[in-house]
Amino acid sequence: MNVNQHTPMASPYGQPQPGYGQPGYPPLDGGYPAPYAPYNGPASAYQPGVPPQGYSPFTSFPSKAVAANPVSDLSSPLDLGPARGPPTSAPPPVSAPQQYNQYSHSLGDVQNGPPPMTQAPPRPAGSQPYNQGAANLTGAHPSYPQHYGPPPTMEQVTNQMTRMQVTSGPPTPAGPGYAPPQSSQPPISTSYQAAPQPSYTQAPPPVSSTPTQPPSSGGPAAPQQYFAGPPPPSQQQFASSLPPTSQQQFTSSVPPPPSQQTFPPSSFSGPIPPPSRAPAPPASQSQQPFPTPQPPFSSAPPPVNQSGFAAGPPAQSSFPPQPPPPSSQPGSFPPPGPPPTSAPSGQYPTPMPHQQQPPTTQPSPYHPGPPPLRAQMPPTSNHLPPGPQGPSCPPGPLGPLQQPPSPQTGYPPQQNGAFGQVRSPQPGYAGPYPGQPNYGAPAPAPAPAQKRLDPDSIPSPQASDMPAVQKSRHRIDPDAIPSPIQVIEDDKVKTTEPFTTGVRGQAPPLVTTNFQVKDQGNASPRFIRCTAYNMPCTSDMAKQSQVPLAAVIKPLATLPPDETPPYLVDHGESGPIRCNRCKAYMCPYMQFIEGGRRFQCSFCNCVTEVPPHYFQHLDHTGKRVDCYERPELSLGTYEFLATVDYCKNNKPPQPPAFIFLIDVSYNAVKSGMVSIVCHELKSLLDHLPRENPEMDSVVRVGFVTYNKVLHFYNVKASLAQPQMLVVSDVSDMFVPLLDGFLVNVNESRQVIESLLDQIPEMFADTRETETVFGPVIQAGLEALKAADCAGKLFVFHTSLPIAEAPGKLKNREDKKLIGTDKEKSLFQPQGGFYNNLAKDCVAQGCCVDLFLFPNQYVDVATLGVVPVSTGGSIYKYTYFQAQTDQERFLNDLRRDVQKPVGFDAVMRVRTSTGIRATDFFGSFYMSNTTDVELAGLDCDKAVTVEFKHDDKLSEETGALMQCAVLYTSCSGQRRLRIHNMAVNCCSQLADLYRNCETDTIINYFAKYAFRGVLNSHTKAVRDTLVNQCAQILACYRKNCASPSSAGQLILPECMKLLPVYLNCVLKSDVLMPGADVSLDDRAYLRQLISCMDVAETHVFFYPRLLPLVKLDSSSLPMAVRDSEERLSKGGVYLMETGLHLFLWVGASVQQELLLNIFGTQSFSQIDSSMTSLPVLNNPFSQRLREIIDSFRAQRSRYMKLMVVKQEDRTELIFKHFLVEDKSASGGASYVDFLCHMHKEIRQLLS
Amino acid sequence: MSTYQEFIQQNEDRDGVRFSWNLWPSSRLEATRLVVPVSCLLTPLKERPNLPPVQYEPVVCSRANCKAVLNPLCQVDFRAKIWACNFCFQRNPFPPSYAGISEMNQPAELMPQFSTIEYIVQRGPSAPLIFLYVVDTCLEEEDLQALKESLQMSLSLLPPNALVGLITFGRMVQVHELSCEGIAKSYVFRGTKDLSSKQIQEMLGLTKPAVSGQQGRPVAPQDAAAASCKFLQPVHRVDMNLTDLLGELQKDPWPVPQGKRPLRSTGVALSVAVGLLEGTFPNTGARVMLFIGGPPTQGPGMVVGDELKTPIRSWHDIQKDNARHLKKATKYYEALANRSAANGHSVDIYACALDQTGLLEMKCLSNITGGHIVMGDSFNTSLFKQTFQRVFSKDYNGDFRMAFGGVLEIKTSRELKVCGAIGPCVSLHSKGACVSENEMGIGGTSQWKVCGLNPSTTLGIYFEVVNQHNAPIPQGGRGAVQFITQYQHSNTQRRIRVTTIARNWADAQSQIQHIESSFDQEAAAVLMARLGVFRAESEEGPDVLRWLDRQLIRLFMFHLRRSPFLQVFNNSPDESSYYRHHFVRQDLTQSLIMVQPILYSYSFYGPPEPVLLDSSSILPDRILLMDTFFQLVIYHGETIAQWRKAGYQEMAEYENFKQLLQAPLDDAQEILQTRFPMPRYIDTEHGGSQARFLLSKVNPSQTHNNLYAWGQETGAPILTDDVSLQVFMDHLKKLAVSSST
Repeated sequence: MNVNQHTPMASPYGQPQPGYGQPGYPPLDGGYPAPYAPYNGPASAYQPGVPPQGYSPFTSFPSKAVAANPVSDLSSPLDLGPARGPPTSAPPPVSAPQQYNQYSHSLGDVQNGPPPMTQAPPRPAGSQPYNQGAANLTGAHPSYPQHYGPPPTMEQVTNQMTRMQVTSGPPTPAGPGYAPPQSSQPPISTSYQAAPQPSYTQAPPPVSSTPTQPPSSGGPAAPQQYFAGPPPPSQQQFASSLPPTSQQQFTSSVPPPPSQQTFPPSSFSGPIPPPSRAPAPPASQSQQPFPTPQPPFSSAPPPVNQSGFAAGPPAQSSFPPQPPPPSSQPGSFPPPGPPPTSAPSGQYPTPMPHQQQPPTTQPSPYHPGPPPLRAQMPPTSNHLPPGPQGPSCPPGPLGPLQQPPSPQTGYPPQQNGAFGQVRSPQPGYAGPYPGQPNYGAPAPAPAPAQKRLDPDSIPSPQASDMPAVQKSRHRIDPDAIPSPIQVIEDDKVKTTEPFTTGVRGQAPPLVTTNFQVKDQGNASPRFIRCTAYNMPCTSDMAKQSQVPLAAVIKPLATLPPDETPPYLVDHGESGPIRCNRCKAYMCPYMQFIEGGRRFQCSFCNCVTEVPPHYFQHLDHTGKRVDCYERPELSLGTYEFLATVDYCKNNKPPQPPAFIFLIDVSYNAVKSGMVSIVCHELKSLLDHLPRENPEMDSVVRVGFVTYNKVLHFYNVKASLAQPQMLVVSDVSDMFVPLLDGFLVNVNESRQVIESLLDQIPEMFADTRETETVFGPVIQAGLEALKAADCAGKLFVFHTSLPIAEAPGKLKNREDKKLIGTDKEKSLFQPQGGFYNNLAKDCVAQGCCVDLFLFPNQYVDVATLGVVPVSTGGSIYKYTYFQAQTDQERFLNDLRRDVQKPVGFDAVMRVRTSTGIRATDFFGSFYMSNTTDVELAGLDCDKAVTVEFKHDDKLSEETGALMQCAVLYTSCSGQRRLRIHNMAVNCCSQLADLYRNCETDTIINYFAKYAFRGVLNSHTKAVRDTLVNQCAQILACYRKNCASPSSAGQLILPECMKLLPVYLNCVLKSDVLMPGADVSLDDRAYLRQLISCMDVAETHVFFYPRLLPLVKLDSSSLPMAVRDSEERLSKGGVYLMETGLHLFLWVGASVQQELLLNIFGTQSFSQIDSSMTSLPVLNNPFSQRLREIIDSFRAQRSRYMKLMVVKQEDRTELIFKHFLVEDKSASGGASYVDFLCHMHKEIRQLLS
Repeated sequence: MSTYQEFIQQNEDRDGVRFSWNLWPSSRLEATRLVVPVSCLLTPLKERPNLPPVQYEPVVCSRANCKAVLNPLCQVDFRAKIWACNFCFQRNPFPPSYAGISEMNQPAELMPQFSTIEYIVQRGPSAPLIFLYVVDTCLEEEDLQALKESLQMSLSLLPPNALVGLITFGRMVQVHELSCEGIAKSYVFRGTKDLSSKQIQEMLGLTKPAVSGQQGRPVAPQDAAAASCKFLQPVHRVDMNLTDLLGELQKDPWPVPQGKRPLRSTGVALSVAVGLLEGTFPNTGARVMLFIGGPPTQGPGMVVGDELKTPIRSWHDIQKDNARHLKKATKYYEALANRSAANGHSVDIYACALDQTGLLEMKCLSNITGGHIVMGDSFNTSLFKQTFQRVFSKDYNGDFRMAFGGVLEIKTSRELKVCGAIGPCVSLHSKGACVSENEMGIGGTSQWKVCGLNPSTTLGIYFEVVNQHNAPIPQGGRGAVQFITQYQHSNTQRRIRVTTIARNWADAQSQIQHIESSFDQEAAAVLMARLGVFRAESEEGPDVLRWLDRQLIRLFMFHLRRSPFLQVFNNSPDESSYYRHHFVRQDLTQSLIMVQPILYSYSFYGPPEPVLLDSSSILPDRILLMDTFFQLVIYHGETIAQWRKAGYQEMAEYENFKQLLQAPLDDAQEILQTRFPMPRYIDTEHGGSQARFLLSKVNPSQTHNNLYAWGQETGAPILTDDVSLQVFMDHLKKLAVSSST
């Protein structure tokens, strides 16, 4: 269960996936024996989250025999290796973890089975086994139910305990039941149902069930039944569809996220219901065994699962036929499953092709009917159906016949309907079946907060059972460890309502989830994300936990169109109202006293007079009457209009200017860069940033070209032709002209166009290869100084500046230094010239964006100093070729020019007494310890701020922070943007761990580490990270987890992905470069990441990998984990990292896919040099391009599409991003790292 | 040769030489007693329509330290085909090409009428003339427009193959590239930074790394020419381009805050111009033409700061040692001038502004390099426009009246040594046997470089008689001087003009009357005035006056004393510099006008006649025309003015009055047509404000102090504290009598 906690979420997926995978296989297997393996892989991918659960189920299967084992198994998965302890977990986990496990188990088993057992067996077995499996499945199914039982426990710790016990009780029976499962699938279903039912009954379920039930009953139930009939379905369902659907349903029904997770299980149970038909009771029993077996999954159980899965496929095949009957039902199913299922459903049609699809496919087969059902209202439908269906033995009959299919079908339905069904049925079932109660017990438990506590406690009990299994294992099943995909998907499912910021200390949905934000007094997570929403009250606690206290602030973040941009508040000539002492700005936290005549600052407690013009009476609660009419009194984010007191020299600022500085040396001209830039600028200048789209931009523009001398251009409107002014005195740069250099685009359009036409011609024959760089920035800076305005320089540069001039650089690239103590010097700039220059730039509000087009070493570490210190960006196009890189460059340029930006900004973070901001990471300059100065600040730049205690915090008041950014808008208006954020404070470490955000922590760690390489050896930096991470987890284990065997790895629910993400950070090119990674690349990444927000770091470190099977028009296929194992030779995958976009094509890719995507007949005809997909008139192609476009739109940098053919040379690049695998540069695989982490933790604990 | 007067005139016409003494005292002691040294005014390129140049090279004395040119004074042995140098007495064989020489068949240089002869030398490639415009853009729109038009007009006056370049400056200095099409390119220099010649050339891309230093020559001319073509282009090729470029010239765009002067980087602009030519066309005739509308206000060569509240230095400041930038700026421009002179490039300064423009500091540029200085109130005046046009005037052969890169060498007989020269030249530091240790003017050398020459350029040359008192009258009874002037003609030919003159020695004791009668009063006056001016430039004002008083020379000195050449009262430092500049380079006639303005009277009582430059000449029924060289004043007497006002000249019956009015105008026109620089033309009348120009020049014989003249018809009283000539003369007489003291 170690994993459990995490897994809970995942498990459902995982399970279903495996299921799908299998089903898919069947179809595939016909053609592709290999696919199985892949399928398994994919399945696992789905399972990622699920796997653990799934595994556990599997284990449970094997364990079935040994009722006790399952428990141990549970633990073991968590333990990864050592997890013997699990036994202990077993009981508790049983409740929650187990559930997940179970769910996942069902699927996971398959997966687990495959992986550990090895895919080999599963696959072969795959097709054939499935049939057998059918039988097995039946058996398995029961097991699932059992799992379900456990899952609930998983979910809710507190409840778990009690329930755990309960469950544990049942488990044993389940154990026996497991055995039976095989005998009768129904039991499984029942078991499932039982499990869910309890949960539902216990908490929200009822509600959800009621609503959901109707639909579910209508459709899903039926299908499920059919499918369900076959036990396997239950498993499959769980695995694949269940999680999503269930979650969603649950969420709907039960708001609390944790509970949601539990729901999945319930959902599983839902599916089970069908099985419940008859076996239900036995199922419960069987289920129990499953849970126990789960731990074993890794070892023994798998086979069972596998077999089951194997059977699955065939079953699927059989299913397909079934679909018709289910069709009616399917209808119902579809609703539930829609999102996840939909994909599967798509797959079904093309089931074979996708390995990943398999998982989906499985559901899909069912889905054909079911998918829709799922989509609609899986839960409800399930619920309802379960009852009826369950009872309606039809499945039963079908089951036997269709057993194989049924499992598949069952899975899908389970998934879809599972939840729903489970619920409804569960209640009923629960009652009826002994197992149910157990499940029920667990389910409720989960709701409370299972994840946190459960995991720990649960695993240990179960662990006892597992030992045998564990021993048998030789390696850890990747599916058994926390899956990022699972977590992401679970969060998506549970996020159904807009996130309101009014509740203090509430963690927002993950960055990967789409959600709407309603500002109710705290800043939107789009502006501020914290590592912890419950800060420890004392520094001792903070020190003990080692959890970094940081906030990632993106002050000018762009909001989606459906959210209101910050209001602009004008407090009149006297400027914004502020606290007299700490100068905090008026905000919702200020307490008005004395009838509104004064207010008390909540940051420093100082009392300040309310100016007469701002006076307002208070109502009976002490709130100002106009509280809701004033943004600064009711919102978390708003802007003040600044007065001249806030301006440089007490003078209102001039509108900013953009200056384009273009390298025209030989390389720049030859690569085509010059002509591309010039051509593009002609149209781009119409899109300069403006606040009012109706008005012309007030931003003025200027142009400079350079090689080793600089050429300024006079483009004054009155000239017939532009004039070029050459400045060769680069040693002492100055601006040769004033009037006519910075011009309004509209007024000088003709001259500018003439200039841009002529620049490429003028330098077409240049032979100058040397360039300068320092003087170029100086020139821009001087120009802005002369015009007395802030602005931005766009520098297009190609080579190492070796011409005689200030800022001249030497080539110092020396690979021999890598890995030595001197390596750090390579990240440091050469000399102090650029640091000083940066300081001057910041003082003037001169932001520098650097576009690099290097063919060799250009010393990004040095050239980047100014951009990084001025809040600018660096773009790098190594070996730039017009044909292939033009698109990326132009899109970057367009976005960079057009994006909203502020200038001459100063950011200050104020905090309430007790903590203070101590460290800042990002692209900016600091001349003192508190003010972050940003010459330019655009909508993509984030600053990570670290807080430290300087006193005690109180739980009552929490901790407040106010981020004020003073900046000049692109229209030349001076403004203050205020972000307020309040978080809770806790005196219990458990609360801290419960309200963390791993993605944000990783953002902090990455920035911390990447800054660390400037001063320390990379190895030391890595060790520090590992060490801190181990301390965090060990502290949790020691202080928050329920006692369990030392061999267990217990991770806090909120941080269960910490190891995998941390491993990604450690393996990054910066910290562990491969042989082919240039120094420039590392420096580039280092600087790039320093200003990334959480969403960007997340996808950068853990790329999104999407299987392209069936593309639904409304949703994306569910991602798979970044591991080669998850890739199917027959599939096509899309991967995005935020910087790169890959389309990986399997060697035996389906022809239909080829036709749809590339319009070619064979794999060999694919042109891997293409950077955009052919425009084909088929829905698949259209949708795929849509997806690609949408990905690109989400990122601040344009991602060039790279088509990677399997086993092609370029695949190496792609594999580099499969971050769960061992990397070529020696980075550990996820599994290995987790073991390592576990070892570290144990060391700390002992 | 009936009188000395005729002799002098003839010599001047033939050789362009006028000596202060036409008989030379035979010993140093006697010469010293004469006060006025043996000296001459030399106009090296005096126009000689009747002197066709010969197409061969001169024959020179073979003695290494002599190298005198064969001349009519040499003794020739036609049989032996040998000639004896009349300076060192070396006997030289004629070169083979003179094989056919005989008494009947003499080469031109041996004929007495060819005491001045010009040779055309065929050596070396002929380089085109170069005109580099350096234009100040910190001007009023109106001025700038006028200047632009003048410059555009000038393009049509240049020979088609001449190279032109353009540098503009204000706060920055821009060197315009003329070869490009499409976008107008220019190289920009910061106006505050002193750059070395090498840096400038590097920044302009003129140095090819590999070329320099290989053969000891800095830059191979060919390469340099190729490289420079970006900035210096043949007129015929860039005519249109440059016309457009000039047309688009904008006023310096940098804002000038209230209470500030525009930032004008004249110093750097000149430095860039000099550096550019130095790098591309060393030792080739070139003319840098600087047009300024105000003082340099920043960077090296800065004359005054940009704060308007700090006025530009006055004589008062200078005397109080209160001119902060004076010394530094002067030093800077002198360094530039010397570099420029070393390369044979001359610098013209056209300064048009109401206030001073820093000529005091910059004058050396023109003085040393033989360039012109023109000072006016605005570029939008005919004074500037026509003067500028006249720079490009042509002679009867259609050649420009300008020559470049002249080198003047002087050879003397043994009894005579050269003390120095005063004029637009620079020493080449060539020591030789004929160089005196006693320096007068630019001395210590027998060779001078005169970068810019025109037919009227005149140098004062000063000699010293070194023959000892007891020594006999030197051999042959004649002393000889040879002037050898090598220069680049405006048609790009290299030419050598050789003038050899001889004068008799006379024993001062026995032949004092002869010597006295050989005295050339005019020449002596000008030569002494030059000495005075030269001293004034380098010494404190009063000291010079005292020195001059001691040297007493008749009448002229009275006016000289009052002239702006020595008196700084009422003149700005710039004006003084301007007047002095012209004084030391004009020929004798013009110089005399400068010292003692000419006053003509027009009346019904007779034909126009010169009258005394005296207040008594100012009568109501006269029209006066005064020519001071720099000004041309027409003054209508009180009655005439009234008549004119009454419009009598319009009436048929008063046709004669109309003619009377017209006569001085016509004469003035005549002067205006020929004078360079064009004088300020003033048409005024009795009581007019401009009448001051006249009143300040005339001898104040009647002032408010001597009552007898009040209210009488004998002239106009002058309101001045200056003493009148009468008083001056009285004083002189007193001094002369007691001169022994």
